[in-house]
Amino acid sequence: MSAANGSYYLPSPSPWPAITSAGLFTLALGFILFMNSIAAGPWLMLVGAAVIVYMMIRWFGQVIDESEGGLYNKQVDLSFRWGMGWFIFSEVMFFAAFFGALFYVRQWAVPWLGDTELLWPGYEAVWPTAGPKGPMPISPDTLAPAGSFSPMGAWGIPAINTAILLTSGATVTWAHWGLLKDNRAQLITGLFLTVALGITFLSLQAYEYVHAYTQLGLTFKTGIFGATFFILTGFHGLHVTIGTIMLITVLIRSLKGHFSADHHFGFEAVAWYWHFVDVVWLGLFIFVYWL
Amino acid sequence: MSIGRPALYQRLISRLIGGLGLALLSTTTALAEYGLTFQAPVSPIGERLLDLHNLVLIICAVIFVIVFGAMFYSIFAHRKSRGAKAAKFSHNTTAEVIWTVIPTIILIVMAVPSAKALIDMEDTSNADVTVHITGYQWKWKYEYPTYGVSFISNLSTPRAQIENKEKKGDHYLLEVDNPLVLPVGKKIRFVITADDVIHSWWVPQLAVKKDAIPGYVNETWTTIKTPGTYRGVCAELCGKDHGFMPIVVNAVSAEEFETWASKEKDKHVKAQQAAAAKTTWSKEDLMARGEKVYAANCAACHGPKGEGVAIFPKMAGSKVANGPAAAHIDMVLKGTTKGMPPFGAQLNDADIAAVITFERNAFGNKAGDIVDPAKVKAARK
Amino acid sequence: MASATAHHDDHPSGIMRWLTTTNHKDIGTLYLWFALIMFFVGGAMSLIIRTELWQPGLQFVNPDFFNQMTTVHALVMVFGVVMPAFTGFANWQIPLMIGAPDMALPRLNNWSFWLLPPAATLLMISLFVPGGGPAAGWTLYAPLSTSGSPGMGMDFTILSVHLLGMSSILGSINIIATILNMRAPGMNLLKMPMFVWSWLITAFLLLAAIPVLAGAVTMLLTDRHFGTTFFNAAGGGDPVLFQHIFWFFGHPEVYILILPAFGVVSQIIPTFARKPLFGYVSMVYATATIAFLSFIVWAHHMYTVGMPLAGNMFFMFATMLIAIPTGVKVFNWVATMWRGSMTFETPMLFAVGTVFTFTMGGLTGIMLSLAPVDTQYHDTYFVVAHFHYTIFGGSVLALMGAAYYWMPKWTGHMYNETLGKWHFWLTVIGFNLTFFPQHFLGLAGMQRRVPDYGLQFVEFNQWSTVGAFLLGISQILLLVVVIKCIKGGKKATTQVWEGAEGLEWTVPSPAPYHTFATPPKIR
Ligand code: HEA
Ligand code: HEA
Ligand code: HEC
Ligand code: CUA
Ligand SMILES: [Cu+2]
Repeated sequence: MSAANGSYYLPSPSPWPAITSAGLFTLALGFILFMNSIAAGPWLMLVGAAVIVYMMIRWFGQVIDESEGGLYNKQVDLSFRWGMGWFIFSEVMFFAAFFGALFYVRQWAVPWLGDTELLWPGYEAVWPTAGPKGPMPISPDTLAPAGSFSPMGAWGIPAINTAILLTSGATVTWAHWGLLKDNRAQLITGLFLTVALGITFLSLQAYEYVHAYTQLGLTFKTGIFGATFFILTGFHGLHVTIGTIMLITVLIRSLKGHFSADHHFGFEAVAWYWHFVDVVWLGLFIFVYWL
Repeated sequence: MSIGRPALYQRLISRLIGGLGLALLSTTTALAEYGLTFQAPVSPIGERLLDLHNLVLIICAVIFVIVFGAMFYSIFAHRKSRGAKAAKFSHNTTAEVIWTVIPTIILIVMAVPSAKALIDMEDTSNADVTVHITGYQWKWKYEYPTYGVSFISNLSTPRAQIENKEKKGDHYLLEVDNPLVLPVGKKIRFVITADDVIHSWWVPQLAVKKDAIPGYVNETWTTIKTPGTYRGVCAELCGKDHGFMPIVVNAVSAEEFETWASKEKDKHVKAQQAAAAKTTWSKEDLMARGEKVYAANCAACHGPKGEGVAIFPKMAGSKVANGPAAAHIDMVLKGTTKGMPPFGAQLNDADIAAVITFERNAFGNKAGDIVDPAKVKAARK
Repeated sequence: MASATAHHDDHPSGIMRWLTTTNHKDIGTLYLWFALIMFFVGGAMSLIIRTELWQPGLQFVNPDFFNQMTTVHALVMVFGVVMPAFTGFANWQIPLMIGAPDMALPRLNNWSFWLLPPAATLLMISLFVPGGGPAAGWTLYAPLSTSGSPGMGMDFTILSVHLLGMSSILGSINIIATILNMRAPGMNLLKMPMFVWSWLITAFLLLAAIPVLAGAVTMLLTDRHFGTTFFNAAGGGDPVLFQHIFWFFGHPEVYILILPAFGVVSQIIPTFARKPLFGYVSMVYATATIAFLSFIVWAHHMYTVGMPLAGNMFFMFATMLIAIPTGVKVFNWVATMWRGSMTFETPMLFAVGTVFTFTMGGLTGIMLSLAPVDTQYHDTYFVVAHFHYTIFGGSVLALMGAAYYWMPKWTGHMYNETLGKWHFWLTVIGFNLTFFPQHFLGLAGMQRRVPDYGLQFVEFNQWSTVGAFLLGISQILLLVVVIKCIKGGKKATTQVWEGAEGLEWTVPSPAPYHTFATPPKIR
């Protein structure tokens, strides 16, 4: 099309957005029914999810083909960059809501509850806490008997995970350098290492969750500590999962010979995303596990 | 365009304006008591707030008149049909500085007295009387900890008036069975909380509005200058009957207040003694008492005839009311996360026992058993 | 412009055209029709509210349904009318105004729109499930929205809000990318029309605010169904936490609703005053300042929740500051009109009406911002009056003005001026009749969100109800004007308005399907 002569690429009409919406609608409807214990819920969710996955493969596949077909000039590339950058900004704000909740309860709500003798006699406000009616906290990483819970210490698996994510940030950058130097081997090795680190991180995180649920007495329902802990680490884990899937896609594309030193927005977008996930983790490590 | 149109316009507009003017007139005369501004304040803070309100209202009105005076002058004078030629200017630094600085000054003029008032409103120290207020869906509980008095205050407007079957009384929706009684001339501290959702305790003439937040307490205060009856409402949306949980304050002299309080305490003590003395409860006793408790506390949600309202389940044929008594007691004492409020703190053992017995044997329910207060007492532990 | 239409006009027809389109004009049209339909839906709900409030006592609906109407009315109007409508204008006009061939990310653009109908459907379904729709107010305060709303209607609402939010976020990303990357050569930032500037800043607000709302309602959902205690003191949470998060979104949200309206007014007034916008640069700075301030004033909705004194003080002062940049804008508009050569076609009438009524709402806003006095105003009809003056008198009137202003460019026909003027006057009269008396109701002590009230409030409520019906019926005129204008009418010229300036007035009317395939030259 007209991209050849340097003008902006305008895609022709596309069915994918509308189909995605239909999939999302089905997923949302299914989820609502599921939460209200209606049998059809999970099935609807499955259908919705399947539609979305199928569409993603087709939609992104089309974008990749167009990109490799040389339809995207510098200006189109820049649009994608602005788009991805601001998308990540919106994700930052999404996490900010949960971090805000954490700061608020630690700084204000819990101390106030501690001062409210009238309603919560004898409640001592020390973090971590599951609130006046929740189980009692005991020291980190110790097996919790009934009626108590144990928070996750910072210096075991979380510290290892921090090292893993930081390293993975380095390996993805190293892969990028490879790409810029047209060193495909370095690109592919770097990406491979990053994916491997991502998967390791997720496995350790999964192990930690199982440990928390089965031995520490720490669950999503463990008062405000459990709620903030799992919502923050949970959404982070979800983002790592998405990031890993994107990295795998980029790895496969690299193996297929996609990307060139001066045209590789897809790679960079994923790298940015990965760094963002990394930074969020640092926040988590400091405020959720450590302090 | 026909010739008649402008005339039509004029007629229409003059009618509308005439109508509006009439409306304003009739309203002001009909509502001498509730004018176009705050209800007459009876507390020092209330007076300050009214003054502040008047001050900012006037400032805002003046700003409005000046800004739109200029605009309408321009609309009138600088229209093309009057032959106005457009000037070319597009900025003027002096003007822009002026209209940044002047509003700043105006804001300071408003901010200073506001800040002072705010500081005074937050100062709940050195109170003479403390009242604990708890909001429930949809009633208020008042406690005077130092007097050992506590009671629940419910809307007393009859259903028939609300459903337009009866003429509405003077204080329609602003009347309760047990008003809050307060002494004049004393600093009264309110300690406010709620038990289910957020409510807000508001009496305009006292200039008190404070949210009642479940699990937390808020404090505020007032001093009432003149005896009288002051009416207020719950101001925070709290569900179905948010519009039906009024507040009535009876302000009386300090002596009257003391006698009232000791009488209330006596009543309370006697009732407790009677309840303690009464160890055997007949089914008839329980049913009679239960019917009253049900009407006052449960009918709002479960319907006067146990028929249920909107999302709230029927009592007639309810599984819980026809099932084991223990689950029923638990339900009423502790409530659920799905909207059934806990009544443990609101009702005493006898009331709870009575209402449960009532539910199990009324509306065609056939549990047949009776629940006596001792069982409820045991279940509380 | 002939060359502009050269490539791929191979779009499908019928419903498939609209489902699959990647054209900014098609998508703009979709947004605008969606908003118009939702306006009637949300308006019909407000008429149910006003009907019940015609008299004291319960007449037409039960209290629970009344609360559902209040809640859904507000959600529909805010998320289904004003936001999509302005996004529609952004889609149509921004590429035309900056000389771009289309939006930067056209497929994403289509998706942003097509997220809306499913979201609206979820919200509407909620009204018909057991237990009924959301009844906790549009602010969805916990715990009324958690333990206080056992029905699944609230879940539908929450998921609907998620989809609406996604739509807004994707839409904003697109708008930012378009403005930053698609300007015709020579169109530097300080040459951009004010509408474009307003949207650039609004898009930023959306990106910062909407994800926070998504987080807030997600926590509601987990509190409802997954046993968390974010907003429950027994587990160490706090109901007020929800309010903080909600209003951190909610206050910027109200500027999301008004800033594009400011942009529209800044386009229309210079055109009909035949004089350049006064103080363009200070307008840009004022808009940016408002946007910045909007993030540090949220707790002025919470003066009565029992914040510490210092908190109330800070939020009071910060809120008051907003009057300064907003004042700059109002004064600049007046100065633009000053010594102009004005005519008053319908768009101008609406623009002037916007400035007038918005300022009234703004001034009551300043009254509300004073924390001590807000004790008396909070949660009364005074607040309801305030925000309908800003939202309807500001945003919606500006939307209507914008529609009249650009419709000839879109349809190629002039709308019927007589009907337009009738529509304006009836709307403004109906509007003031509806909402002006509400100030008095609030001051005298009538609280919000009640289906019934004491006898002292009867007359003002009746005026308000009469006004609402007048206002509602007048909107049928809008529909008539729009349809007539699409069907035919006097041919519009390229320039359309004598005083109009800007790139959108250099393309023919109606604007061809593709414009600016080769970028225009900027003087
Ligand atoms: C378009 C939407 C919009 C806009 C633009 C505004 C603008 C403002 N609003 Fe409003 N507001 C709402 C929509 C909006 N609001 C809504 C929806 C609610 C209720 C939500 C709910 O509870 O459901 C609300 C509620 C609300 C409250 C909470 C009230 C309560 O619940 O108790 C407050 C309190 O401070 C407030 C203040 C303000 C202020 C200070 C402005 C300022 O931006 C106004 C600035 C403008 C001017 C001041 C006029 C022009 C200036 C001049 C002419 C200069 C000279 C002026 C001076 C020196 C004073 N608003
Ligand atoms: C963009 C925002 C927006 C808009 C445009 C409106 C528009 C209107 N609003 Fe709304 N409103 C809100 C946002 C908005 N509102 C919000 C945020 C709340 C707070 C909710 C809460 O408390 O949680 C609220 C609350 C609210 C209340 C208070 C409810 C309560 O506290 O219980 C009232 C009451 O009068 C009201 C009335 C109206 C009216 C009469 C209109 C009119 O302007 C509408 C005019 C339009 C029409 C009427 C539609 C067009 C015509 C038809 C449908 C055809 C009709 C046909 C015939 C009559 C034959 N609104
Ligand atoms: C605020 C509204 C409200 C009030 C007032 C209320 N209830 Fe309920 N009640 C509910 C709701 C909602 C449920 C459903 C709870 C659930 O399913 O978890 C319920 C359930 C019940 C049930 C179980 C019904 C069943 O079959 O599942 C009983 C028994 C009951 N309430 C008794 C009472 C009694 C006794 C009172 C008064 C002392 C009362 N309720 C007052 C809202 C209310
Ligand atoms: Cu209690 Cu409203
Ligand atoms: Cu605000």
